[in-house]
Amino acid sequence: MSIPTASSNASLRASLHGLPGVDRVGADARAAGLGTRSIKTSAKRQAIDMAISMVDLTTLEGADTRGKVRAMCAKAVHPDPTDPTVPKVAAVCVYPDLVAEARDVVGSSGVKVASVATAFPSGRSSLEVKVADTAMAVAAGADEIDMVIDRGAFLSGDYLKVFEEIQAIKEACGEAHLKVILETGELATYDNVRRASWLAMMAGGDFIKTSTGKVQPAATLPVTLVMLEAVRDFRDREGRMVGVKPAGGIRTTKDAIKMLVLVNETAGPDWLDPDWFRLGASSVLNDLLMQRQKLTTGRYAGPDYFTLD
Amino acid sequence: MIFEYAPAPESRDVVDIRPSYGLFINGEFVDGSGTPFKTVNPASEETLAEVAAATEADVDRAVQAARKAFGVWSALPGSERAKYLFRIARIIQERARELAVLESLDNGKPIKESRDVDLPLVAAHFFYYAGWADKLQYAGYGTTPLGVAGQVIPWNFPLLMLAWKIAPALACGNTVVLKPAETTPLTALLFAEICQQADLPPGVVNIVTGAGDTGAAVVGHPDVDKVAFTGSTEVGRLIAKSVAGTNKKVTLELGGKAANIVFDDAAIDQAVEGIVTGIFFNQGHVCCAGSRLLVQESIAEELLSSLKRRLSTLRLGDPLDKNTDIGAINSAAQLAKIRELSEAGEAEGASRWSPACPLPDKGFWFPPTVFTGVSQSHRIAREEIFGPVLSVLTFRTPAEAVEKANNTPYGLSAGVWTEKASRMLWMANRLRAGVVWSNTFNKFDPTSPFGGYKESGYGREGGRHGLEAYLKEIS
Repeated sequence: MSIPTASSNASLRASLHGLPGVDRVGADARAAGLGTRSIKTSAKRQAIDMAISMVDLTTLEGADTRGKVRAMCAKAVHPDPTDPTVPKVAAVCVYPDLVAEARDVVGSSGVKVASVATAFPSGRSSLEVKVADTAMAVAAGADEIDMVIDRGAFLSGDYLKVFEEIQAIKEACGEAHLKVILETGELATYDNVRRASWLAMMAGGDFIKTSTGKVQPAATLPVTLVMLEAVRDFRDREGRMVGVKPAGGIRTTKDAIKMLVLVNETAGPDWLDPDWFRLGASSVLNDLLMQRQKLTTGRYAGPDYFTLD
Repeated sequence: MIFEYAPAPESRDVVDIRPSYGLFINGEFVDGSGTPFKTVNPASEETLAEVAAATEADVDRAVQAARKAFGVWSALPGSERAKYLFRIARIIQERARELAVLESLDNGKPIKESRDVDLPLVAAHFFYYAGWADKLQYAGYGTTPLGVAGQVIPWNFPLLMLAWKIAPALACGNTVVLKPAETTPLTALLFAEICQQADLPPGVVNIVTGAGDTGAAVVGHPDVDKVAFTGSTEVGRLIAKSVAGTNKKVTLELGGKAANIVFDDAAIDQAVEGIVTGIFFNQGHVCCAGSRLLVQESIAEELLSSLKRRLSTLRLGDPLDKNTDIGAINSAAQLAKIRELSEAGEAEGASRWSPACPLPDKGFWFPPTVFTGVSQSHRIAREEIFGPVLSVLTFRTPAEAVEKANNTPYGLSAGVWTEKASRMLWMANRLRAGVVWSNTFNKFDPTSPFGGYKESGYGREGGRHGLEAYLKEIS
């Protein structure tokens, strides 16, 4: 893996601003066009199971309790207790102080424990605090760290600061995988989304993630499209594969399936795997389960037949 | 993981196709005097219906009906004509699914396009020109209609071309005799039913079906005041000859060999989409298709590898499947022409590439094809192929791009891809093409005039300018 040495803001600027631009109108049109794909019958069945297996089941509320996290983790391992053919989700995603609780429930089920860190969601703290936050989550048993970038530094053109922070957090992660949250809703332009994606990949991120879920807009189709193009081009150029995680605003099976179509026709089938693509969401899981049951039985069950997180 | 999309066909039950159709003259369907012909589904070669052929005598009846209706129609206040056009526009929207399915069955284009592009534009054209009907005095072309318009349209956008012709003609107070293409008459005949449904006065719209001789009869009829034609340059020349020396006003929208020019500072992913839309939209059966890709040499290799990757995701097959990107070639004759020119491309030394793309056994099909190493003198760089075939050429400087783009007898459209606005304007001022698309391609809107330079024809359709063709010059 070749990570270029970023010696200065000037060299980072040169390389990020040397990337091809993104035409907003064209990117929106392409995403909307892919959104019209009609995924029915056997394809829908496959897509639903694929989507379930890619969910990062998330709770990131100030009001989270140990009990709530335990319940969510139990659901992550057996999303539908009445149907053992339903795959488990990819991971659970919690705040650092609840990692141990989550670890305890998911055990060796194969469901990963992800923790947000680095002064989530704003990222407004010192590097020392962010590193300590990360180290604490990893020590508590997190397999994956979802960090936020310093959007203020990025928008003011201090790419080096963002780059070095990502590198430092990556180091603090040790064996844990690092997902870099760009918070695309605050980056405003697709050009910025593309540049931030490359910056995160160049600094060593294992995944790039759209949003914290705390800012709107979050995981829109065009933003996800631009990020999928970035990981595709990064592999072509650097030979390293980076994952993508849209998060925030994915609520229905239809939303999830549109994301999978986007992956399939942009980055390609290599990314259609929970190791390389995740859906950061919570409410979507019940809709996926409901649609799955409808395909199997031909009938919709009411919401009371699916567990609350 | 391989994600296989299951078939997702649109139901064809939404449309009733009659076993046979007559001519639509004076508000009713009547028998034709010629030998009826069959129209087939190009995706399966099944016969869809038998259609009447209009002889010179039938065309004469239609023109007489239109002449008689002209008195009534042109005397109506513009606001009253507008009501009919708005009504037609709304019925088209209400029956859009039916019309889209019929268009895809008869033409071979993907339902995705007939549903999301053709039909919305058809309705938009009627709405737009309905709005002009009572505001002609503000358009600057006078308010006096010409009389009877003889209109001949092609098979690539059957209903859309009908809308481009009929909506402005009627808004200005003319009546029409329209001949749809021989291979795609069905949506025009369904449109005739819509005219009945809208209670349009008899004779205002007449539809005569048939082959080239029917078209010649429409164009050559002495009581036709205006000729509007969209089609090949070859037929356009014949029409220009036949109307020379008469008082007929003419607009011709003919062939093209458009350049789609990509600079090294373009938004590459969107440029790739624009190239795909430019030449593979509607199987390349588009007069303004971006059939020549001019790419700046420094990014040629990178752009072509992105383009090839993108083309391998195109889905060719059943036009009624909602996931189909590339449908059927409209006819055996057109397929033969595409094959002949592609073979000529290979023989002249260009290299040919297509993605792995299995073709259905029945019907008329041609895979998306890219020729690289093309030079200006090759036939595939000069002649209109009217199929899913892209010729790739390179350039080094903006001046060279302009020179190569303009070095064609045609001049219908062009596309430019650059993130630099000053270069965009510099290019647009120098390209001799009726439409120059900036960071997009094949975008249409009823408010925007469309038409050609040189052998691509004359006159403009669409927008305020489109009214001029249907009004008497102010003396």
